[in-house]
Amino acid sequence: MSSKKYDLAITGGRVIDPVLGFEKEASILIKDGLIAGVEAETAALRRTLKSLDPDQIIDATGKLVTPGLIDMHVHLREPGNEGAETIKSGCEAAAAGGFTSVCCMPNTRPRIDSQEAVKFVQDRAQNASARVYVAGAITKHIDGQELAEIGDLVKMGAIAITDDGHYVQNPEIMRRALQYARMFDIPVMQHSEDAFLCEGGVMNESAQSARLGLKGRPTAAEEIAVLRDIALCRITGSRLHVQHITTRRAIDAVRAAKREGIRVTAEACPHHFVLTDDEIGKEFNTNLKVNPPIRTKDDRNAVIEGLIDGAIDCIASDHAPHSAEDKDCEFDQAPSGMIGLETTLGLVKTYLIDKGYLGWADAIRKMTADPARIFGLPGGRLSIGSPADITIIDPDKKWKVKAENFRSKSRNSPFIGWTLTGKVYRTILGGRVVYEG
Amino acid sequence: MSRLSSRHLLGLEGVPKDDIVAILDAAETFREVLDREIKKLPTLRGLTVLNLFYEASTRTRISFELAEKRLSADTISFTKASSSVSKGESLRDTVQNIEAMKIDMVVVRHASSGVPYYLTKCMDANIINAGDGTHEHPTQALLDMFTIRRKYGKLDGLRVVLIGDVMHSRVIRSNVWGLKTMGVSVALCGPSTLIPYGVEMFDCDVYTNIDEALDGADVVNVMRIQLERQKAGLFPSQREYTALFGINKDRLKRLNRNYTIMHPGPMNRGVEISTDVADGDQSVILEQVTNGVAIRMAVLYLLSGRKEEA
Repeated sequence: MSSKKYDLAITGGRVIDPVLGFEKEASILIKDGLIAGVEAETAALRRTLKSLDPDQIIDATGKLVTPGLIDMHVHLREPGNEGAETIKSGCEAAAAGGFTSVCCMPNTRPRIDSQEAVKFVQDRAQNASARVYVAGAITKHIDGQELAEIGDLVKMGAIAITDDGHYVQNPEIMRRALQYARMFDIPVMQHSEDAFLCEGGVMNESAQSARLGLKGRPTAAEEIAVLRDIALCRITGSRLHVQHITTRRAIDAVRAAKREGIRVTAEACPHHFVLTDDEIGKEFNTNLKVNPPIRTKDDRNAVIEGLIDGAIDCIASDHAPHSAEDKDCEFDQAPSGMIGLETTLGLVKTYLIDKGYLGWADAIRKMTADPARIFGLPGGRLSIGSPADITIIDPDKKWKVKAENFRSKSRNSPFIGWTLTGKVYRTILGGRVVYEG
Repeated sequence: MSRLSSRHLLGLEGVPKDDIVAILDAAETFREVLDREIKKLPTLRGLTVLNLFYEASTRTRISFELAEKRLSADTISFTKASSSVSKGESLRDTVQNIEAMKIDMVVVRHASSGVPYYLTKCMDANIINAGDGTHEHPTQALLDMFTIRRKYGKLDGLRVVLIGDVMHSRVIRSNVWGLKTMGVSVALCGPSTLIPYGVEMFDCDVYTNIDEALDGADVVNVMRIQLERQKAGLFPSQREYTALFGINKDRLKRLNRNYTIMHPGPMNRGVEISTDVADGDQSVILEQVTNGVAIRMAVLYLLSGRKEEA
């Protein structure tokens, strides 16, 4: 080993690999962008490392070293709304949040519903500070009418399909999408909210919407959508992935379907396990307008319960950048969405781990191994020979969320001013340091 | 500067009883002024009030304009149709440009809930909510309370029924908060499709049977039913609405003897209220309109922090 020259060594950290069930102090050795070794910390190893160029050693003492985080639900806004985000700036935000892989949604303008559109994103993502995977559209133009050329999209590299932001309202179209996608064994990701029940709604339908005089989106809209799609999955045998799940009964439905052996998975967003619709309060803060909406305390608790017992497989940010101009307006006229790439880890640590709901290994699994499994990605583990995508976390570092520190081009976060615990120390993509905290 | 606990009037939710009493008491003084031959006071001389009306309004706009003129304020009026909004200018830019011309107070009516609060973040002026979306319409509720108090000499202990489109009515919301703060027993009544999910948060009795709602009530405040709600399929027909929820002479028997009929207008005669009831002895509908000027004078005066020179 002493004769071998490594490009990079990460020493002294507590290495967590949920797939291998590995959690102990170890060093990681990297060569040619790949993981070349994961070695338990010993005096001999430390002596060996001294022979390396010190610039190539990252001392991770007191830190957690994990597989690079994976976020399967982000909006990079390019093409079409580069003022809010670009693929480059979105990937910089991803790196700053500890994410080495992201999956971008197709509801750009134009939509990502063709091979050319997938290729455009892939070309722009060359040399970005995160790996960008593409979810293609389910239907042409995301209008819910006619299937997109799903085979073409997959051939070009799309890893899933979704009309995110829009529910495929016609059950027959959704059935065909599930059947067709099965040929390629890709998940069909669904934004699950019945469009008729949500028409005109700008927040959760609750005591708060009654109070504020804002039109609500009922939880039943999500329950109906999830139950319908589970029924379609049952007859098609396909893979359904429920995006940003928010309601107790929808989570119950996913839990029951899993028990039945139906191939359904689900993700939850930090704002749905941290916030409640009480926060919209008198201030009508447009950064709290998201789609699906922030729900009540009971639903928020159900999301946490789902993360604990596995009904919900993974954590995704639904990073949805909007320019300050677009959000600075009347609540009902503001676009939906908040940025999330750079606050997800801190929110997971502060609101799931510190509160005792999840251990580090479980939380990391939901942001690495589980999304990798669902979407068939190479990352999510630290096995030798795999790309050296690694996140180093300072687990106890307290930090204040500041607008000026965001790498994202947008600032639409309700968490600005909040103090969180747990911050990214280094993000390493293919053996290259892409973020230093 | 304000003589109230806030320098804005954004709604009645959370407004303390002392503030409401202060407004109602001040309005008594101004109500007397309205009966004088010379109806004008110099109280707001030198102050400029912007009437920012993003949504069509007749009586509220005129009522505020009159109140401002009675207090000798300089007034400017903005209506959406004739403005740069149609050229795509944002609300923030519009109001900040007007404020740069030096204005002191803003009366705002807007179709979006929450806009008055938003304006407090964009401007330094005192903001008065003249109706925001389906959220609140505080001066309407204050004038309703003022009218009731003038008739009964009190508010505490009365039973008031608010009838109509509970879901979309900003007048009902403001009435609920204000009346409950003043110790009134409040009941809500309307078709179940127009009762919002989460109505329990108002902590009122809720009825879909009008006869039960009216039983033992002192005051009936009837809200206008909007035709577009029927078009949206929220109830089957105006005819059926009238049959189930219209206030007519027969239904008045359920009320206490010294009952009062109110309506914030504009009325759909023969739909939510029959003409004989609207024009009957117990109706205070036109008095509400007069009292509205006094209430708005009181609010403008108290928020301005100026000394009364009556």
